[in-house]
Amino acid sequence: MSDIPILKIGDCLLVSIQVDMHDRLAMALQDDLTHRIVTDRARGVMIDISALEIVDSFIGRMLNNIAAMSRVLDAVTVVVGMRPAVAITLVELGLALTGVRTALNVDKGLAMIRDLIDSPEHTNARRER
Amino acid sequence: MLVESDETMPLRTSDDVVRVRQAVRNRAVGAGFSLVDQTKIVTAASEVARNTVDYGGGGTLKIEVLRDGVRRGVRLTFSDQGPGIADISKAMTDGYTTGGGLGLGLSGSKRLSNEFSIKSSPGQGTVVTLARWK
Repeated sequence: MSDIPILKIGDCLLVSIQVDMHDRLAMALQDDLTHRIVTDRARGVMIDISALEIVDSFIGRMLNNIAAMSRVLDAVTVVVGMRPAVAITLVELGLALTGVRTALNVDKGLAMIRDLIDSPEHTNARRER
Repeated sequence: MLVESDETMPLRTSDDVVRVRQAVRNRAVGAGFSLVDQTKIVTAASEVARNTVDYGGGGTLKIEVLRDGVRRGVRLTFSDQGPGIADISKAMTDGYTTGGGLGLGLSGSKRLSNEFSIKSSPGQGTVVTLARWK
């Protein structure tokens, strides 16, 4: 268990990372979130990183993994609130986070999750199962 | 070039990696780095510090604040007595990893630094030095 709270809002899970994470904590959060997507039948996951002063390759990999795992579990993940200095550094580091959807803030992130869940493509895919 | 201050800290666990990030941040702020420059050197420090812990079996980090005329910089020296790196040019390639990572640690932290060097040979440990100037 990580000590980072995972809040349930309707069919979405919200995580706000407020601490400088060591690697084991990042792995624990990844495991916790994956389990909660299933137990809470979540359709969307929003990860707020506005308090993070850096995103290195380990945290970047965690964000990529969470996005990939939630996709397999039929949920969408949006990362919100990345600081400009973090974005500049990430790109120079060589980490493009290509598998991760991002939004500027929590409002835009929730709207993006709504759009994605309600999109015909996503709805059809669910109906066929 | 003048070394204004230096400190050495242990690097054994992933908690030490977090402490290194905070110490490097403090020194970069003290040297008058912009927010982007702070973020770059702290991120580079995090990458190399993780390598020291995960591949080097732990070691130390020396943080130095430098002055060269009107320029100020921060130099980081990571030392371990681990197994060493057999093929440094391979280790510096984007995407090359012997662990489970993304293989961006060394190549990425070089891009985030103004100066970067590695000294290593099998059985002799590894010393990575990087510096960023304001």
